[in-house]
Amino acid sequence: MTLLEQFRLWLGGIWPDWAAYLVPGIVGIVVVLAFVVVLVIVFIWFERRLLGRFQIRLGPNRLGPEGIFQPIATALKILLKEDIVPAKSDKVIHWLAPVIVFVPVLMIFAVVPIGQRAILTDLNVGIVYVVAVSAVSAVGIYMAGWASNNKYALIAALRTVAQMVSYELPVVLAILGVVLMAGSLSMTQIVAAQSIPFLVLQPLGFVIFFLGTVAEMNRSPFDLLEADSEIVAGYHIEYSGMKFAMFYLGEYGHALAYSCIITTLFLAGWQGPFLPPIIWFLIKVFAVFSVIVWMRATLPRLRVDQLMSFAWKGLLPMAIINLFVIAVEMLWLPEINLWILVVTNIVFAGVLVLLWSRLFSLGGGRVEV
Amino acid sequence: MTTALNGEQVARRINKVSPGAVVASDKAAVVVTSESLFKVAEFLKNTPALDFDYLTDLTAVDYTDYFEVVYHLISLKHNHSLVLKTRCHDRDKPVVPSMTGIWRSADFQERETYDLMGIVFDGHPNLKRLLLWEGFDGHPLRRDYL
Amino acid sequence: MVIKTEPFILNIGPQHPSTHGVFRMRVTLDGEVVVDIEPVIGYLHRGIEKMGENRTYTQIIPLTDRLDYLASMTNNFAYVLAVEKLAGIKVPERAEYLRIIMAEAMRISSHLMAVGFFINDLGAMMTPVLYMWREREKLLDLFEMVCGQRLTYNYMRIGGVSQDIPEEFLPALKKFVAEMPGFIDEYDQLLLQNEVLLARTKGVGILPGDTAINTAASGPVLRASGVKWDLRKADPYSIYDRFDFDVPVGTVGDNYDRYWVRMQEMRQSVRILEQAIAQLPGGEVWAKVPQLLHPPVGEVYGHIESPRGELGFFLVSDNSIAPYRFHIRPPTLINLTALKDMVVGWKVADLISTFGSIDVVLGEIDR
Repeated sequence: MTLLEQFRLWLGGIWPDWAAYLVPGIVGIVVVLAFVVVLVIVFIWFERRLLGRFQIRLGPNRLGPEGIFQPIATALKILLKEDIVPAKSDKVIHWLAPVIVFVPVLMIFAVVPIGQRAILTDLNVGIVYVVAVSAVSAVGIYMAGWASNNKYALIAALRTVAQMVSYELPVVLAILGVVLMAGSLSMTQIVAAQSIPFLVLQPLGFVIFFLGTVAEMNRSPFDLLEADSEIVAGYHIEYSGMKFAMFYLGEYGHALAYSCIITTLFLAGWQGPFLPPIIWFLIKVFAVFSVIVWMRATLPRLRVDQLMSFAWKGLLPMAIINLFVIAVEMLWLPEINLWILVVTNIVFAGVLVLLWSRLFSLGGGRVEV
Repeated sequence: MTTALNGEQVARRINKVSPGAVVASDKAAVVVTSESLFKVAEFLKNTPALDFDYLTDLTAVDYTDYFEVVYHLISLKHNHSLVLKTRCHDRDKPVVPSMTGIWRSADFQERETYDLMGIVFDGHPNLKRLLLWEGFDGHPLRRDYL
Repeated sequence: MVIKTEPFILNIGPQHPSTHGVFRMRVTLDGEVVVDIEPVIGYLHRGIEKMGENRTYTQIIPLTDRLDYLASMTNNFAYVLAVEKLAGIKVPERAEYLRIIMAEAMRISSHLMAVGFFINDLGAMMTPVLYMWREREKLLDLFEMVCGQRLTYNYMRIGGVSQDIPEEFLPALKKFVAEMPGFIDEYDQLLLQNEVLLARTKGVGILPGDTAINTAASGPVLRASGVKWDLRKADPYSIYDRFDFDVPVGTVGDNYDRYWVRMQEMRQSVRILEQAIAQLPGGEVWAKVPQLLHPPVGEVYGHIESPRGELGFFLVSDNSIAPYRFHIRPPTLINLTALKDMVVGWKVADLISTFGSIDVVLGEIDR
């Protein structure tokens, strides 16, 4: 029984049915949107300052105390710019692409549990909904690349399709491991089942899921879709103004959404002693995001064929073996002490990663022309 | 130290292989005719004692009655160097055989010399203007350009 | 059923974040694989060779600054060496040592920039660049102490250098030289075993040794392909024969070797700097040379080892105040001759990183 449903029951006693149905919905949507937009702005600031510290410089610190108004200034600047549409582009698809990229990001937040009963809707197929909705963004990026009538954008669009499709598979298989252990597809049930966070219980699943979502987010080291040293901003090369703002916010929105999903699935969501649940949730989301920014600052970018071989020959077999081992554990040893499971899984993860790093090389070489 | 080979001695060796090739020679350089330039270059590259495998510099100088194309050669193995020159006296259509078959480093330098001086290199695979745009009229580095 | 594909031509145009200047490549791509490449240059052509014929020998020195603007003092150095060879001028000892100090400091600064931007092209988001620029800023402060400029120095003169070093220069230089090996170790720790860097650069863009010699590659590009040829050892100019240093040589000739050779060369430059500081004599810094120099009739080809390769100046003199012919042998233009060999068959991402590893400067290519 989420907070919103409780609110609706209470309103149903006072107001007519249609109002009791409509008002909590609107209130819930507004709260979630506000949460997302504020957090995206904070994420932009956080990343720029943290990236600056990694690069032995200060980040932006002029506007407002410690630069917290910088993202607002950036957003205002982008909004005030002229909206240029290339002459020979496909106008409808060009206009539609940012929408299709941005909206699924907002939709993911409908099933993220922020507190004990604070979730917009408690779907009993929550995680399947998340996977389905997040795959739609790939179509949007491809549309953006195609409709720009620009060869650089086309290269980026084709790379996108390849990358996002191939990284969906290890991600879904890692999720299946979590679902098997939690026993349910609903997000609140998954959080409730984590007396020990699944980070320790399924280290290999966590690693696969983490790398897979970094690839889905198009962030370094997998950011060859917007590799600005090769194809000069990739798929959003011909966008300016509000549409570019939607891509930009969409990228950080993706980062926020996937950080929330990782927190929910592997870090035990809002659970924690002493502090209120929402504070714990935010701490964990920021911790995950810091690791993502750390990866961005340190690693150069992978080439497209190395990326594909990493997904298909590296992550996918490991994800299948991981799923198999978790399924065997759940079938034969459901009542065993969880700490023994932790030790077994960590050892197994270490062995598998070691084996794969010996056998597997980021291949790709010269093609005979 | 890279020893600069004595031009006169090298000229004698060249004359033994292709007589009549050398026009002039002094301590510093050897001047050959443009017809025999290709054979002389092959001789200089392939002879074991000379072994000039590295063409450092290819340029042209416009003395007003003739153009002089200058080649600076180095041998990495023996660490000696030589200056090879050739002259063409025709100002309207100066033609010199291209060295790209022997030393690939002549590629861009010959294009640049064609671009700025107007000397046509016969046998170059892609003799287009390099530094100036296509359609530019004239050859700026000539003494009578401006 | 065979799907019909056709290659398309992409213009990696003059304005691009990774072409290190205004350089244009017309690349024929088959999917992601490079099939053909045609470099188009000339966007920065300023006619320096023609301008040189109308200026006195001393007035050409600021022109040479603007050739390879990332290593300006080496251009000055090469030019004044050529003129001194032509006119038979002897340079005082202190000036020779100061020139070597400046040239080697310039080499370190240029390599820091080259390596930093090479890894930036690989996608590392400016982090290595900013770490290396921390040291480069110290070097630029040193140069500013000496001649007041940070980019185009105009410091060397025919017969010496233009002014002596101030008092605070040597202590600052000694401090820099003491700290620099620690910083190079820090870069190695960050980069040398980086998995993604190794995967992106090992075995990519190979230039075989005999192709390198045939296309007259020079500098780190030649040495990375296994050919041990460094003008400071093979044909020592100035007083390089008094210093003790090694010449790093690569094995395979791929991008990783070119990057490795540059890192090692920085260490060797620090060694030379230590020895030069220890041996620095007193005395004057500029020989007595007439204001309007009339060198004897003749020609000279003076070449030095710049950070990018063999930089040469060909001067023909007819005993007047300006040279009759002034020609520059640009190392990076001739290193680019082999670009097609290195890049065909690889992907777009490798094209950018191979091009970055050759380390071009457009001022030198286009003159």
